[in-house]
Amino acid sequence: MKNLVLKGVLGASALVLLASAASAGTLDDVKKKGFVQCGVNTGLAGFAAPNDKGEWSGFDVDYCRAVAAAVFGDGTKVKFTPLSAKDRLPALQSGEIDVLIRNTTWTLSRDTQGFDFPGVNYYDGQGFMINAKKLSGINSALQLSGASVCVQAGTTTELNLADYFKANKMDYNPVVFEKLEEVNAAYDAGRCDVYTTDQSGLYAIRLTLSAPDDHVVLPEIISKEPLGPVVRQGDSQWADVIRWTHYALLTAEELGITKANVEELTKSDSPEIKRVLGQEANTKLGTDLGLTNDWVVNIVKAVGNYGELFESNVGAGSKLKIARGINAQWSKGGLQYAMPIR
Amino acid sequence: MASQDITPVDSGSAKASLLNDPRIRGYIYQVVVLVVLVGLVYWVVNNTIANLQRAHLATGFGFLDGRSGFDISSHPFTQYSSDSTYIKALYVGILNTMLVAVAGIITATIIGFVIGVGRLSHNWLIRKLCTVYVEVFRNIPPLLVIFFWYSGVLAVLPQARQSIALPFNTFLNNRGFFFPVPVFGEGAWLAGAAFIIAIVGTFFIRRWAYKRQMATGQRFPILWTSLALIIGLPLLAFALKGFPVTPDWPVLGGFNIKGGSLVGPEFMSLYLALSFYTASFIAEIVRAGIRGVGKGQSEASHALGLRAGTTTRLVVVPQAMRIIIPPLTSQYLNLTKNSSLAVAVGYPDLFAVGGTILNQTGRSIEVVAIFITVYLSLSVLTSLFMNWFNAKMALVER
Repeated sequence: MKNLVLKGVLGASALVLLASAASAGTLDDVKKKGFVQCGVNTGLAGFAAPNDKGEWSGFDVDYCRAVAAAVFGDGTKVKFTPLSAKDRLPALQSGEIDVLIRNTTWTLSRDTQGFDFPGVNYYDGQGFMINAKKLSGINSALQLSGASVCVQAGTTTELNLADYFKANKMDYNPVVFEKLEEVNAAYDAGRCDVYTTDQSGLYAIRLTLSAPDDHVVLPEIISKEPLGPVVRQGDSQWADVIRWTHYALLTAEELGITKANVEELTKSDSPEIKRVLGQEANTKLGTDLGLTNDWVVNIVKAVGNYGELFESNVGAGSKLKIARGINAQWSKGGLQYAMPIR
Repeated sequence: MASQDITPVDSGSAKASLLNDPRIRGYIYQVVVLVVLVGLVYWVVNNTIANLQRAHLATGFGFLDGRSGFDISSHPFTQYSSDSTYIKALYVGILNTMLVAVAGIITATIIGFVIGVGRLSHNWLIRKLCTVYVEVFRNIPPLLVIFFWYSGVLAVLPQARQSIALPFNTFLNNRGFFFPVPVFGEGAWLAGAAFIIAIVGTFFIRRWAYKRQMATGQRFPILWTSLALIIGLPLLAFALKGFPVTPDWPVLGGFNIKGGSLVGPEFMSLYLALSFYTASFIAEIVRAGIRGVGKGQSEASHALGLRAGTTTRLVVVPQAMRIIIPPLTSQYLNLTKNSSLAVAVGYPDLFAVGGTILNQTGRSIEVVAIFITVYLSLSVLTSLFMNWFNAKMALVER
């Protein structure tokens, strides 16, 4: 009797022990699972939000689809986990998600805390938004001394805010919420005078307010916010997949490969296009990455190139109407620069 | 004496298996459970360490000395800025948790007792109103109650520039309730000392008055004497020092009201929600406690000639308290733990501040360990206090 109980317990704990120990490469795990578990924002128009059909859409969401297309050749093999700013990094750390694509700023401390940033998919900066109707006469962030400021908890925004007001010897009253929706609601209800987050976010949030035209984004940009996908540290194969998915999207734009013409271009004579699309004889570029050789074709077929993603989600083709600005290709004066696929 | 004779007789006989001895069997079960428990703890710790190493994560509490870098809106009892350390930020969070818990417990107890007694009222309207209160608040999740108060507070109150001016130079708007605070000048310590002396003095006078009443039957106007002492003595001290106090009046500034002190809508909504929610449970406990005292007790008391008020105070309540206190302790613990819902309305309690630190430093295990330790300590302290109180109120058997 005693032995039976003991054996049973030992056996059970041994099983759990083995089960938890078996987790090596994320890419293999993802292939075995059959889908990519992608952490996204809980609802930020243009970046990650459910659309009127209830499907996730947005810039970051399309990046998740691009990763799924690179791995499986099918952009729909992805599941989304909406995460608050506070929960996002623990969710990645615990293995709940495979990759975090949720406008997350690349910083040294995050990079050394067990995470890796394979690239920057959106160069942003922190700004301020106020209700111009209620606070007429304010046209600079330097006039904000004494204001109540709405901000999301656990963000670099929260830290920059403290630094900026301290550096300019102004005082303020932080009103801190965990969820984006709560910050939006509090700002809309007039709980605070100022809303601060990344400028792209301010434009997106303005659309969701009850009277968007009353609100203006102040000109000051007080920080650098390079936003990009995040993976767990110590898995360079998976980091490579994410990194080169990003470069593939940029390279496709550079070479004029679009969602519409990618099928046609696989028959192109251009050696560069042939190489990128995996049409070179005996090419091993895709398989060396742990993917198939037509991975770039799959990505572009699923979501388009970087320019298409930008314009349809946050640029001219969207309600946000954000200019490409520093997110233009390097050849057009921007910062987006893909490493060569060869 | 009699019970000792029931021990098993087979302990001496060689044939009977050891397993049939209930005492031995009891030991075996305990050993098995202990081994499993130790094994489980060992496995969890070991697995955690292995996982942390695999993820290249640093461990330890050294990070708490680092600069926090973020601001906290409400830090009533301490100085805090973004230059303070993480540990200071946690300290502010713990203070805020304790503040809302203590304030909530006091208010919930008062409301709970009033409603609980109200449910036993002879007045039909009062009885029914109290029943409705209990049923409504007891059956809504606490988070919803918090949101109800928060959006209620935000929706009803005006913007800062249209503040409602209340008497005594206080203001109310959706940034909170603003009130003047006294700024004490030099020599104010004397008044503080006088206040403490007055309280200690009251305590001794009470003891003396009680003894005298027991001995001679003469009563002493204890309430008026204490009031005179507690209010009069500090006032006298102030007067001696020439009233070294200036009020800090709140006035309307550019964005908001400046000066004075404020209670923010976050604290208000959390405090009101926790008080009202927990009060509905306390009301039921109080009702059960009073009902639990036999009717004969009050009848006997009346027969002895005691009046209704005296009967309640000296006969019913002391006995009801013995039934009320143990479940009341659980409600106090619940209220303290429910205060972690503060994060939903942005009140910087331990859970909210700790969550931010967790996010900024990535030290999830350490921060969660701190959460557990602090909430456990608060709960154990509450329990210890209530157990002491319970022992004091318990029936003294002679």
